[in-house]
Amino acid sequence: MPTETTLPTLTKKDFQTDQEVRWCPGCGDYAILSAVQQVFPELGIPREKFVVVSGIGCSSRFPYYMNTFGFHSIHGRAPAVATGLKLSRPELEVWIATGDGDAMSIGGNHLIHTLRRNVGVKILMFNNRIYGLTKGQYSPTSELGKKTKSTPAGSVDYPFNPLSLALGAGATFVARSVDIFQAHLRDTLRRAAAHKGTAFVEIYQNCNIFNDKAFTYMTDKEAKDDNVLYLEHGKPLVYGKNKDKGIRMRGTEMEVVQLGDGVGPDDCVVWDESLDNPATAFLAAQLLPPHFPTALGVFRQVTQPAYEERVVEQMQQETGRLGLGKLDALLKAGDTWTVGGTRH
Amino acid sequence: MSTTVAEKERREISPEKLDEVVIRFAGDSGDGMQLTGSQFTNTSAMFGNDLSTLPDFPAEIRAPAGTLPGVSAFQVRIADYDIHTQGDAPDVLVAMNPAALKKELKDLKTNGIIIVNTDEFNARNFAKAGYASNPLEDHSLDKYRVFQAAVTTMTRRTLEGSGLESKSVERCKNMFALGMCYWLFSRPMENTITFLQRQFAKKPLLAEANIKVLKAGWNFCDITELFHDRYEIPAATLEPGLYRNITGNTALALGLIAASRRSGLPLFLGAYPITPASEVLHELSHFKNFGVTTFQAEDEIAAVCAAIGASFGGALGITASSGPGIALKSEAMNLAVMTELPLIVCDIQRGGPSTGLPTKTEQADLLQVMFGRNSDSPMPIVAAASPKDCFDIALEAVRIATKYMTPVTLLSDGYIANGSEPWKLPEVENLPDLRFEFRTDPVGFEAYARDPETLARPWAIPGTPGLEHRIGGLEKEDVTGNVSYDPANHEKMVHLRAEKVARIANDIPELEVHGDAEGELLVLGWGSTSGAINGAVTDARKQGLPVSRAHLRHLNPFPKNLGDVLARFRHVLIPEMNLGQLAMLVRARYLKDIITLSKVQGQPFARHEILNKIQQILESNAHAN
Repeated sequence: MPTETTLPTLTKKDFQTDQEVRWCPGCGDYAILSAVQQVFPELGIPREKFVVVSGIGCSSRFPYYMNTFGFHSIHGRAPAVATGLKLSRPELEVWIATGDGDAMSIGGNHLIHTLRRNVGVKILMFNNRIYGLTKGQYSPTSELGKKTKSTPAGSVDYPFNPLSLALGAGATFVARSVDIFQAHLRDTLRRAAAHKGTAFVEIYQNCNIFNDKAFTYMTDKEAKDDNVLYLEHGKPLVYGKNKDKGIRMRGTEMEVVQLGDGVGPDDCVVWDESLDNPATAFLAAQLLPPHFPTALGVFRQVTQPAYEERVVEQMQQETGRLGLGKLDALLKAGDTWTVGGTRH
Repeated sequence: MSTTVAEKERREISPEKLDEVVIRFAGDSGDGMQLTGSQFTNTSAMFGNDLSTLPDFPAEIRAPAGTLPGVSAFQVRIADYDIHTQGDAPDVLVAMNPAALKKELKDLKTNGIIIVNTDEFNARNFAKAGYASNPLEDHSLDKYRVFQAAVTTMTRRTLEGSGLESKSVERCKNMFALGMCYWLFSRPMENTITFLQRQFAKKPLLAEANIKVLKAGWNFCDITELFHDRYEIPAATLEPGLYRNITGNTALALGLIAASRRSGLPLFLGAYPITPASEVLHELSHFKNFGVTTFQAEDEIAAVCAAIGASFGGALGITASSGPGIALKSEAMNLAVMTELPLIVCDIQRGGPSTGLPTKTEQADLLQVMFGRNSDSPMPIVAAASPKDCFDIALEAVRIATKYMTPVTLLSDGYIANGSEPWKLPEVENLPDLRFEFRTDPVGFEAYARDPETLARPWAIPGTPGLEHRIGGLEKEDVTGNVSYDPANHEKMVHLRAEKVARIANDIPELEVHGDAEGELLVLGWGSTSGAINGAVTDARKQGLPVSRAHLRHLNPFPKNLGDVLARFRHVLIPEMNLGQLAMLVRARYLKDIITLSKVQGQPFARHEILNKIQQILESNAHAN
């Protein structure tokens, strides 16, 4: 076998394919693709070790545009395909590109069980709160009352909060970023890459055709300072154009406080992403408009052995206990008898 | 053998030699009848008999005690010659309660032996079983030979002072019945004694109690005059070699491990528990020291998708399920068809549709695995003929999957999965060589370039420098594997996928006809009907009837001489445990009329059922002439 690609020689260009990118002009997916192609070469991993797995939907075309190994599988099943791949080849760097429909709806079961097992894969969930590839039906993250092709009178479904779902499933790494916040997105991807176990990253992504401006309340220049709260480990939860607002605990809930008049950053929650108990992360995941800023960053990062590590460890233990299996002995195990060719 | 009985009290009965006997053990689900039957089987196997078994248990774990739905049975046929089925009608019925007697009696041969546990024959249990009067007293059993024993009482007495609680004592009563049968059929007890010592290694009190009761059952027959006769079934003349008794699911697991070793590919099983396929997962989970990974997935879809992911990574991806699970897997199976990755889908068939009859057998899914996917989706199918054939068919499935880069369906069914027979152990070096090399050369690499002979595309696994490529469910451009919506390309790819599977016919054995190579009647079968067809045709030929038989192990593609074989016979009979699924395929492909014989009762064919049909066809044939 040829030797591994020599390091460090990779650039963004090395991760671009010759395939024409077929997302709609102006789609948020372009920005996410660009961020991933910038971060991958920084990771010091040979290109052939990367595998991008996806399901079905606009986001799931992602593997075709990444010059790595890639598997565009079937709707909702990317986490299952990726789990099998990671178990059989733990040394590979397996990333999943998925969307809110693919991951939260048809593939919900695989998502929660992958998180529960803590399989060492990175899940990038592009959340545009709409079905794009099927041309504009509401998704499990669409807001209540959403008028779409399949809900002309407005959706009566309550939406999922993807981060709450991930935390509830026991995810060891949970983060949120936004397609056009490129620097923050790259930082978040780097953090995800460094995590052992499942990394779940929700990326707010604008669908300019079917759900345009879904996130402008927090991405517009004028709005973002007062509507975005960056979670930074070890730092107080302070935000606002003039850093004059904070998040404080009141009883078992979080509240917004105006800083000044004797209230300072010290009164705010000091963010700790490493807590074993996911309760605080869950509270932060509930910080949503209109009464709260939207939190971005790493909500939770705790260290637990990855699923594939446990599987390999058990295999090694059993091999140590029983010795490397011998086929001949296996076939002849149990009660056997010899027939000499004549009646006894 | 040690015995507490004084020598002078022992009766000397010289056993009468029989060439075969069929025994059915029947009792409540909790009575341990499966264990009793399998112990009798293993002892007979070790003794050297040929044998075949049919476990028959309810889907409910514990239906209400004493009721008909709660009856669990195990039939074993032992013989001094080569047999192929579990036997049509039992010679002996062991009935641990009235419900077992009521449910199982109809099959018993006239003048057959019935052994009953009289302790359970009371008014309460008669009512539960639906008996208006005591069958032991109302002459309804006059055409049988009934032997009564107070099995529960004697078990309790045997274990008086043992210190065991009464529930544990009661559980030993199946060993009393087994001891009686060992005496009646002159079987040694050592094998079961060893088994009990091993089984209860950590509970010596229970081991001792069970052994004591087993011996008490034997001694009871030895000192009382319950039985006037005693029987012996001499060892069979089997091909010389080392043997073990094996069930289909165990043979399948071992075959998959053997295929992994012979191919050098690590085995990855993705599975979700389902009757009657779960044993494949259970078995394989023990063999981590063979590099086997078993993944109990969150559902059937995840199970097959994980296997596909593992195959993409260069492992031997396998999933095992039954009809309802296969239905859930069909979209993923099609993904494997499109991405042209090796994958083994084991379908241990059971009665359907829907949840159907989980614990009962049926050749339910041939058309499902042949056609149950969107679009033209060719997938090779192989089917095991018997429990031990599950081993060989696993190797064959892996050979096809890796050589042709294709998913393969392996069909088994509840009958051969749970049934057992003696298996002559193969020598490892004689197993097929399945070594395989991944593509490593980046020069000229195209993900969908094909081997000119097999049409297989290269298996290029992640981690190989220079072979980075993308696959998926969208239509592929010929050669490059890039996404393509080009109309002419799609037509070409549909044909290529079909041609690739069709060419496998050049690489499998031709269909072998047993009996005359041409003539009046061919009985054609597939899967687990093999034994019954073999028995029926053998019987018919002994009667001088002009009938031959042939058995299909490859269902897609068919052996290339199948059309010629069919043309050489005036009539073709296909017995199937469905409404004629193979018959439909054969008719469509070869425009040959087929006579079908269907049985969908959750039970395998009896030999005589097929024999009757053969006689009927040849008779009307004679009239027509």
